[in-house]
Amino acid sequence: MADLSMSSAMTGPRGARPKRALSPRNIMLYGILIVVCLYYLLPLYVMVMTSLKGMPEVRLGNIFAPPVEITFQPWVKAWSEACTGLNCDGLSRGFWNSVIITVPSVILSIAIASVNGYALINWKFKGSDIFFTILIFGSFIPYQIMLYPIVILLREMGLYGSLWGLVLVHSVFGMPILTLLFRNYFSSIPEELFKAARVDGAGFWGIYFRIMLPMSLPIFVVALILQVTGIWNDFLFGVVYTKPAYYPMTVQLNNIVNSVQGVKEYNVNMAATLLTGLVPLVVYFVSGKLFVRGIAAGAVKG
Amino acid sequence: MGNSIEVKDLTLNFGSVSVLKNMNLDVAEGEFVVLLGPSGCGKSTLLNCLAGLLDITDGQIWIKGKNVTWAEPSDRGIGMVFQSYALYPQMTVRGNLSFGLKNARVPQAEIDKRIARAAEILQIQPLLDRKPAALSGGQRQRVAIGRALVRDVDVFLFDEPLSNLDAKLRSELRVEIKRLHNQLGNTMVYVTHDQIEALTLADRIAVMKGGVIQQLAAPLEIYNRPANLFVAGFLGSPSMNFLKGRTVDGGRAFQFGSTKIDLAGYEGGAVLERDDAILGVRPEHITVSTTPIAGPSIPAEVEIDEHLGADSLLWLKAEGANLSVRVPVEGRLPAGTKVHLGLDIPKASLFDAKTEQRI
Repeated sequence: MADLSMSSAMTGPRGARPKRALSPRNIMLYGILIVVCLYYLLPLYVMVMTSLKGMPEVRLGNIFAPPVEITFQPWVKAWSEACTGLNCDGLSRGFWNSVIITVPSVILSIAIASVNGYALINWKFKGSDIFFTILIFGSFIPYQIMLYPIVILLREMGLYGSLWGLVLVHSVFGMPILTLLFRNYFSSIPEELFKAARVDGAGFWGIYFRIMLPMSLPIFVVALILQVTGIWNDFLFGVVYTKPAYYPMTVQLNNIVNSVQGVKEYNVNMAATLLTGLVPLVVYFVSGKLFVRGIAAGAVKG
Repeated sequence: MGNSIEVKDLTLNFGSVSVLKNMNLDVAEGEFVVLLGPSGCGKSTLLNCLAGLLDITDGQIWIKGKNVTWAEPSDRGIGMVFQSYALYPQMTVRGNLSFGLKNARVPQAEIDKRIARAAEILQIQPLLDRKPAALSGGQRQRVAIGRALVRDVDVFLFDEPLSNLDAKLRSELRVEIKRLHNQLGNTMVYVTHDQIEALTLADRIAVMKGGVIQQLAAPLEIYNRPANLFVAGFLGSPSMNFLKGRTVDGGRAFQFGSTKIDLAGYEGGAVLERDDAILGVRPEHITVSTTPIAGPSIPAEVEIDEHLGADSLLWLKAEGANLSVRVPVEGRLPAGTKVHLGLDIPKASLFDAKTEQRI
């Protein structure tokens, strides 16, 4: 008897509690996740498949069917042959325009905003809080309100219709949210570090470059992703503030897809759209981990 | 020996809030002064003003005979150690130590020499190529002290340097800082809210409250002859017992409830008759006896008996007031015991209840 009770004590529940794979909770959880995944992935699947088919196959209308005969001709055409108006050099012109717009805009806006955030936290001046409030207020104003006044401003500055005018607009519009981002991140860096650096004789730029910058990689990556995707995907500013020769890729894409003469080449349109979305996609995949970490770090303190 | 630091009429306002009020403080060369007080008393603020990290509203700060009121922190001839260590995380220990020297364009050979010396004094030679993340709390604080050390300055400022360490490390580093001071002979200003650190380290303690120095004196002087009620209550654990009463017989005796206590031996001398007086007696200056004792004694009853290891604390009720008494372990008494208390009048302090100042 004693032995029996002893052994039952030993064979009773022990260690980690077993988990059932098919519990109602898991079925709900994974069920919803799968549905959501399909919702987002299905259009992508259709796009990729269509872009790899020739026009005769597209006309059959089986949009979910994989291509019988894989062809990269639509991609080539979208990149270098599709016509918009008089130009027939495809998206490539828009791609390079977008690169020329995005790179300086991203660098300029991040450089200025990071110094803004640093100064607003560590070198407070009289009225710095009011300055910050006004700056943040800027992020709540819809862009459309400022479209025409900016046209006038750029005209007076002699920048209307040029790439640099657009770069300036992008940099200014990125300022509120980026400054907020950097300010919040820098405020999470202990103030004593800044004080120690001042005792050690480092000045405004010395502390920024030698102390703050090396500690802030994640937030710079976040800012980079926000700006690259934001500016790359911009359509409104691109179409309003530049002339056709400088149209960014998004505007070019629109013009290709919406061109009225001839047949609708769905396969070319799909390929063109995928090509345009490729740059933000690559940026996400390359820096995704840092992105999440940086967003979390910036969000802790406000 | 001249004064290393002179603070003259220092005033600091944050908007309409007055943080430091017309403060004067002289620190002699090689002296170890501790700024002690509860949080919000302005002690860290004063230190930041000395370091030049806060702009003052009025007054002057002199360090080493130079008016540094408007000087940059790095030009004041000070080194500073922070509570959170404030080591630059992306640099190695060596990088942390040399950062300030490189900013000051000290030649590399001199930098190496100073780092070697600081590392030897603080025994951090094996750590020089590690990053701060790979160091323990005690090692980090050593490096932080080293950063002040390599600057080769006359004045060290410590801002609660031991508060983030556990109790054992804290007492170890406390001794080490004291040793460092004896070895280097620098002037040191040390902010803390820990009275043990203050009492053990300081040549003089400045007890602060509300942006005003309440008393500036040697540790024993502050402990034995507190200038006012605040200082008396702030130092000592458990804090001093305060008996509310009045002085009678032309100031020769203290009336506490129904007990009259002879003040013979009180060093204050001429004590006038006052209606509102407070007699302060430290827990270790009261004797407890179960039998009536000769001379003035207060009848009391034991309420709680706390065992502290080395000794015991008795919490008693006497004439409606709560008193604590430190007794040896063998002197412990069960709750409810009726006892007689004898006071060590020469070591007691008498305060005016209205002005709260020592009589």
